[in-house]
Amino acid sequence: MSENTRVDARGLSCPQPVVETKKAMGKQAGGTIEVLVDTVTSRENVSRLARNQGWEVTAEELPDGGFKVTITKA
Amino acid sequence: MFSGLNRLLMSRGGPAITGAVVGILAPVLSFLGNPANMGICVACFGRDIAGALGMHRAAVVQYIRPELSGFILGSLLAALMYKEFKPRTGSSPIIRFFLGMFAMIGALVFLGCPWRAYIRLSAGDLNAIPGIIGLSVGVIIGILFLWNGFSLGRSYPAKKAMGMIMPAFAVVLLALLILAPTFGPDGAGPIFFSETGPGSQHAPIAIALGVGLLVGWLAQRTRFCTVGAIRDLVMLRDFHLFNGVLAFIAAAFITNLLLGQFNLGMEGQPVAHTNILWNFMGMVLSGLAFTLAGGCPGRMFIMSGEGDGDAGIFILGMLVGAGIAHNFSLASSPAGPGAFGPSATIVGIIFCLAIGFLMREKVTV
Repeated sequence: MSENTRVDARGLSCPQPVVETKKAMGKQAGGTIEVLVDTVTSRENVSRLARNQGWEVTAEELPDGGFKVTITKA
Repeated sequence: MFSGLNRLLMSRGGPAITGAVVGILAPVLSFLGNPANMGICVACFGRDIAGALGMHRAAVVQYIRPELSGFILGSLLAALMYKEFKPRTGSSPIIRFFLGMFAMIGALVFLGCPWRAYIRLSAGDLNAIPGIIGLSVGVIIGILFLWNGFSLGRSYPAKKAMGMIMPAFAVVLLALLILAPTFGPDGAGPIFFSETGPGSQHAPIAIALGVGLLVGWLAQRTRFCTVGAIRDLVMLRDFHLFNGVLAFIAAAFITNLLLGQFNLGMEGQPVAHTNILWNFMGMVLSGLAFTLAGGCPGRMFIMSGEGDGDAGIFILGMLVGAGIAHNFSLASSPAGPGAFGPSATIVGIIFCLAIGFLMREKVTV
């Protein structure tokens, strides 16, 4: 299983970004998952989920106004 | 001070703050003239607006409720100020229209949106309990679909003008409320206002609009959502939205006690019926439709203020659903469910189940 996954959740309704992130976290015990979202709300929701599950979270704004949330776990 | 307040609203406690404020203000609005246990009800108010626009002719429930315009415009202002105004659309709008329509029909079989279900409970109306249980069951069915890949597809960025359609609609509604044009046939309409019944009962316009703007602002900043609350609690064991609902019920309970509006029991509750089965089933339909669409009706108004055209379509579906609910004798009354309310509820549930099974998408790349 790849330790580097990308979830493209841009444009998905609440709570699908969280659901897809949770599914991705379930498939790998650690590593890095990049989640692309398009709203602040989704960025917050994905970040909150990841922190609650013990992952480290960083988020950056993309040129198109969306966000890349990178979550990592050793 | 403003940025400190915003940080507080954006924190995990934000939804609880919004819940408490709505919980206090809703009974106060009833005290100031809104119908009993209906200080704020997104479904009932949508139904009243549909009636005022002549989409149904139930003469007792016609009024343009400024609270709902306030929700959209308060959310718009907050979204503009914090750079969260993002016009977007294209996620199965036609399905969202029908989800809105059936969500409204279910809500009018119960007689209230989730917000009103909690308000009714806080005022001692025990008929709210089967409704809230039904709402939770509907949400849980929706969650099962979500876990199994349900999706209405992506929305895409749109032009600013598209995002301003629902705010403009909100302003037009306010103008119609104030101008109240009557150039229809027989000197009545096209805007209708109830002379008796719940539609004739309303708080002063400025206060109602002010509360709407405040709640719209707060809900935009805190993402307050009464359906998301149950969903996140069940799916993710995440309490932060649910705390908003608990704060809402607690604050409304205390405010109703203080204002002498608490009355425990099932019989004789205002704008409510005692049929347990259809209080339950109506909200199963609503809860499922709201979950498939991504939020409670209040949240839909907030998102439409942020430029979400799909939420706007859902709202228009709700208005049409309200028209249908009264024109086709689906809506309940204090006497009980409407003649065809139960069958429409079943049709709605079948529709939602079909959408749930048929709309799937694989997302991870």
